Amino acid sequence: MKHTIQQIFRSGKFVVGFAIFAVLFLIVLIYPLIITDSPLAIIAQGTFFEPGTYVSVFDSIGAPKYSLDLPHADAKRIANRLSAEGREAMRDWLVGAGVVQDDLDIEDTVQLIALWESHFDSTLSIPGMTNAKRNYYIRLDTSLKGLLSTDATIIAEENADTGALEVTKTIAPNDYVNINEVANVRFLPLGTDNFGRDVLTELITAAGVSLQIGFVAGTIATAIGLTLGLLAGYIGGVVDDIIMFFTNLFTVIPSMVLLILISFSIGQDKRGATTIAAVIGFTSWYWTTRAVRAQVISLRNRDHVNLSKLSGHSIAYIIFADILPYIASYVVMAMILQISSGILAEAGLSILGLGPRTTEVPTLGLMMNWAMIYQAHILGKWWAYLPVLITIALITFSMNLMNTGLDQVFNPALRE
Amino acid sequence: MKAYRRYFLNKLGWFLVTLVCAFILNFILPRLMPGDPVAAIVSRLAQGMSDATGVQAIYEQYTELFGTNKPMVEQFFIYMRNVVRGDFGYSISQYPRTVADTLKSSIIWTLGLQFPAIIVGWVIGNTLGALAAYLKGGFDKVLMPVSIFVSNFPQFGMAIILLVIFGAGLEWFPTSGGYGFDMIPNFSWDFIKSVIIHYQLPFWSVVLIAIGGQAIGMRSMAIYELNMDYVKFSRFMGIKDRKIIGYVFRNAMLPQITGLALSVGTMVGGALVSEIVFSYPGLGFTLLNGVMGQDYPLISASALIITVMVLLANFVIEILYGVIDPRVKAAQAD
Repeated sequence: MKHTIQQIFRSGKFVVGFAIFAVLFLIVLIYPLIITDSPLAIIAQGTFFEPGTYVSVFDSIGAPKYSLDLPHADAKRIANRLSAEGREAMRDWLVGAGVVQDDLDIEDTVQLIALWESHFDSTLSIPGMTNAKRNYYIRLDTSLKGLLSTDATIIAEENADTGALEVTKTIAPNDYVNINEVANVRFLPLGTDNFGRDVLTELITAAGVSLQIGFVAGTIATAIGLTLGLLAGYIGGVVDDIIMFFTNLFTVIPSMVLLILISFSIGQDKRGATTIAAVIGFTSWYWTTRAVRAQVISLRNRDHVNLSKLSGHSIAYIIFADILPYIASYVVMAMILQISSGILAEAGLSILGLGPRTTEVPTLGLMMNWAMIYQAHILGKWWAYLPVLITIALITFSMNLMNTGLDQVFNPALRE
Repeated sequence: MKAYRRYFLNKLGWFLVTLVCAFILNFILPRLMPGDPVAAIVSRLAQGMSDATGVQAIYEQYTELFGTNKPMVEQFFIYMRNVVRGDFGYSISQYPRTVADTLKSSIIWTLGLQFPAIIVGWVIGNTLGALAAYLKGGFDKVLMPVSIFVSNFPQFGMAIILLVIFGAGLEWFPTSGGYGFDMIPNFSWDFIKSVIIHYQLPFWSVVLIAIGGQAIGMRSMAIYELNMDYVKFSRFMGIKDRKIIGYVFRNAMLPQITGLALSVGTMVGGALVSEIVFSYPGLGFTLLNGVMGQDYPLISASALIITVMVLLANFVIEILYGVIDPRVKAAQAD
């Protein structure tokens, strides 16, 4: 046993797959212990907030002020507010006035503002410029001056008795708060989804649920497949014929179609995550049966099995002691594949709107389904679907890598 | 020839048995659904009606029409009659259209998309897999991990990524539909051009996934064959490498054909999801509409047609396999 494990961990593919899977698994286990928020809690009023750090404006006003004089603070402020259209207009004026050449870099706000401040003159007439355009430039200049002004912004509160506004605080352009002293700051690394839920928390919970679904489905499929395969292969005869009839039937009828029909029949209210997992397990056992049967048939007439038979051991004993150990490695590999295809099956079903009911837990498939329904992929809201896709791909990829690695260890013909 | 006929009849018999089983499953499963689909359309139709007896009358008329009040056995015979007549009964969500009416056009779209895509994917995948086994080295080292990654990538994921990059991002191809939304299907040049442009993304999303899986399978089969004694023996005999490779790949190809028969169902299932992502007017999209509209005659009929298509594909592959593989004939002759 120890030797086998050592050998397995010498396979590069297995180790890489195992490492990816272990990291994902640890994140799924540990994250909920640190962030205990409900994954389905709706925190944002609105859809698809971009990833970033959200700082409470209300609390920032109350937080202690610090004056910092940082270089280019004005330029940054303007860069943030200045639209691409405004930048182009400024360049056009500067070019028209003969100050610069056509190839001025308008993304360089510091330079742009400096040129504008030193050269702009509302009285200068540029050939071909209409009066409306000139007024536009004057307005632009005024608004820039407003942004550049050093006047403080006033915070006023309404007096409850008189209804008059009373100044409570002034905020100068060089006032800063320490983000640690602001009471409410929320870091949303993956923004929010269409319902306004934190995508990262939701995603990690969903990955956990999907892994559970895959595990339940894989266990059911492997258990059925192994039992039927052993029976068909070892007992043979009529039992084999009957089992193979159903196996062949399930092989040719597309399992996706069966899944769709069954999940639809169960109905939206009764479709929990476990039910879906069970349905996937009950529709995907057939190829494990096929493969196990083939292996058992090749083992059935080995000497040690015949010897065991002659010694009068029961069928159950022979299967457990003389046959199972030989196919154990194969069964483990088959189960890994069943788990990963179970996760994919759940995702496929959910995209059709036949996944687990939507009110209790998120799954990777449901998150995809929501993102698709709300057109996240067309609107360019990548954080709603891309992390989900990557998670699904990483899970199935790592499992298949482990499977390929195991295959190479146990199947000498495939070794490089 | 006699042996082959027995093989053929055996496969034909098996095809018919699975067809009957699929037929029965298709009938029973959707009807086990709790809840009353007729009540749903009646409540939609009777919106704003305050007369309870009127609503009741409408409900009874529809129950009669869809036969949901009759015992299961009788419903089964009605279903059989509808299938034999070829209209599959009335669609619940698109009443008064018949199911056949709703499905007719989508069959062509699905066939046109999936059949070429699976064949192209299979051919390219096998070629790449065989090359990887033969060339080894760098080509193999790059192709294998990529193939494993791609083949484990969910079909809808591939579809969405292609859609985002080439549809929404670069705007090379449209993001949805089977043809321009402002067109009526006809045989004009404009329409055909529009169909071809809309065809690209769904097609390649199916092909890419198929390539990955087939390449992996072909590579291990070819490696297995390359290590066989007959290859070494031929080398000792001084037969040219090119000729040996020909033998090897012909032998490695046979299990891949069986593999295609076994995986055609899975591929079609994945491609249906791809259709949904691209709103391609095929059976997958119709199925989605059926699910949305709680329309069991529609779901049942699309599922049946998909199953029949897969069963037929399987049957054809196995018949071809019998022709190609001499071992099948030999085994049957014993």
